[in-house]
Amino acid sequence: MEANPTGTRKPDVAASPSANDAAQANGPAKPDVLVTEDLKFWYGKMRALSGISLKIPQHEVMAIIGPSGCGKSTYLRCLNRMNDLIASARVEGRVIFDGEDIYARNVDPVQMRRRIGMVFQKPNPFPKSIYDNVAYGPKVNGYRGSMDDLVEHSLRQAALWDEVKDDLKKSGLELSGGQQQRLCIARALAVEPDVILMDEPCSALDPIATTRIEDLIRELRENYTIVIVTHNMQQAARVSDRTAFFMVDEQSSGTLVEVDETQRLFTAPSDQRTEDYITGRFG
Amino acid sequence: MLGARLTGRIPVAQDVNSSPGAPEVRSQFAPRRRRALIERGIHVVLFICAAASILTTAGIIFTLLGETLAFFREVPIIDFLTGTRWTPLFVSQSFGVLPLVNGTLVVALVAIVVAVPIGLMSAIFLSEYAPARVRAAVKPVLEVLAGIPTVVYGYFALLFVTPILRDIFPQTQVFNVLSAGIVMGFMILPMMASISEDALRVVPRALREGAFALGATKFQVTVRVVVPAALSGILAAIILSVSRAIGETMIVSIAAGLQPKVGFDLLSSMETMTAYIVQVSLGDTPQDTIEYRTLFAVGTLLFLMTFVMNILSDWIVRRYREVYE
Repeated sequence: MEANPTGTRKPDVAASPSANDAAQANGPAKPDVLVTEDLKFWYGKMRALSGISLKIPQHEVMAIIGPSGCGKSTYLRCLNRMNDLIASARVEGRVIFDGEDIYARNVDPVQMRRRIGMVFQKPNPFPKSIYDNVAYGPKVNGYRGSMDDLVEHSLRQAALWDEVKDDLKKSGLELSGGQQQRLCIARALAVEPDVILMDEPCSALDPIATTRIEDLIRELRENYTIVIVTHNMQQAARVSDRTAFFMVDEQSSGTLVEVDETQRLFTAPSDQRTEDYITGRFG
Repeated sequence: MLGARLTGRIPVAQDVNSSPGAPEVRSQFAPRRRRALIERGIHVVLFICAAASILTTAGIIFTLLGETLAFFREVPIIDFLTGTRWTPLFVSQSFGVLPLVNGTLVVALVAIVVAVPIGLMSAIFLSEYAPARVRAAVKPVLEVLAGIPTVVYGYFALLFVTPILRDIFPQTQVFNVLSAGIVMGFMILPMMASISEDALRVVPRALREGAFALGATKFQVTVRVVVPAALSGILAAIILSVSRAIGETMIVSIAAGLQPKVGFDLLSSMETMTAYIVQVSLGDTPQDTIEYRTLFAVGTLLFLMTFVMNILSDWIVRRYREVYE
């Protein structure tokens, strides 16, 4: 997936549908759903993020790219306070979601995560049936509608319904890797979040399964704001409207180099380091 | 088979090269004699050590079976397994083992009722809630609890727990099942907690994160994702605990009394299979009598019960290894 046969790693952005979409999207500015202001992050004494300020507009796909260890996953996990689960983690700065700083003292991360869902690098379905996997989120959130309808709707949105509709009692672990990942997406959609964070969702999948997930991401953009971390620049070019490029600075701490519309970032980057990275000169 | 392996030459390069009739050429890789001898010596020593425990087990089973078969030549196995009167030491002898099985199971049940909830909750606390420092402090304490000699537990039951029970329920007998069962529960608690905690800890972190990302609280993550995922390990812990409770001897000998009877009165005295074995072993029962052979019949039954339990738990644990992939 990573290298294409011509040897150059610069993705052919002009041919990708999302790039055209992005070009057309230059209409009225969309409101920002998630804004980080000078977000700093430490694992124990080691600083992993040095002051990231980034705005994520509504109903767009924001891709975060960068070399390994540049803090892109760490940044993503700050956006729904997943890093709270790490004992030595420390955060400074603000993450504004829907007008509120999610790190404010009066914010319950549990309530907040119901609106900012996440899909992980490795598919992690629960060792339960397909149905129960999707129903888990609504159940813990006290959902009071028809669970059958919600499960079907979520599985349809995740383009998995037709493959599993006759076998909803089957364990989620019996599905293929790509199906498992779509199940995890359905699971995230079932709680009807505003934002879906995706941490390299295709890195454990084969090319065909990857294509399906990418198609899905483009469809979901209609109704959701998506932030996707990927080490695969072609993927960023294919699925995203905007791309943020992260790198490590001199203190080996993750930093935002540049963010722009995907088409512009890949064709006319304003920073030399971005240019070097997307043309494959390092990383 | 053993002899063939030990006396046979260690396969060396020569064996490969020497086709029949061909002149033997000394290979540059020819074995060093001394080293080959040492290797073979090590092989033999390790085998003897490994064989010792297996031979011991085989010997025990052999002895048990021999005397047990002799017992069943005199007492029909049906009478033994279904009879409800156990009076081998009385003049009117009767060999129904059910009272002893009843006593054993009732004590084990009390122990399980104590150990499973407390053990499971300690395990959940240690695995999911406790900060690393607390866990590092508490786990060794649990293991110390597991190292207390059972005779100490026995006297604790008789001299501490029983008086309290007698204050609460005046009709409590001095030797009673409840006291022995409760204390036995605390004895198997560390094992229950420790094995369950291991099962909870191996649940992948990714599963917890997946649940947290859906807006689940810590309690919801624990109860609806982590515990179900670890269920087979927890079941194995329960079965091993039951097995341990069935085989436990000192506590019941000291605190539960020696009255073989069928029933469920927790405040009265009952005799367990193990307590009976102790009673007869300590007495002056002459060898080669039917009374003496009851020891082996009861012992065999006890062995079978714990053996089945251990196999069951082993089977469950093996199944749960495959759960996540």
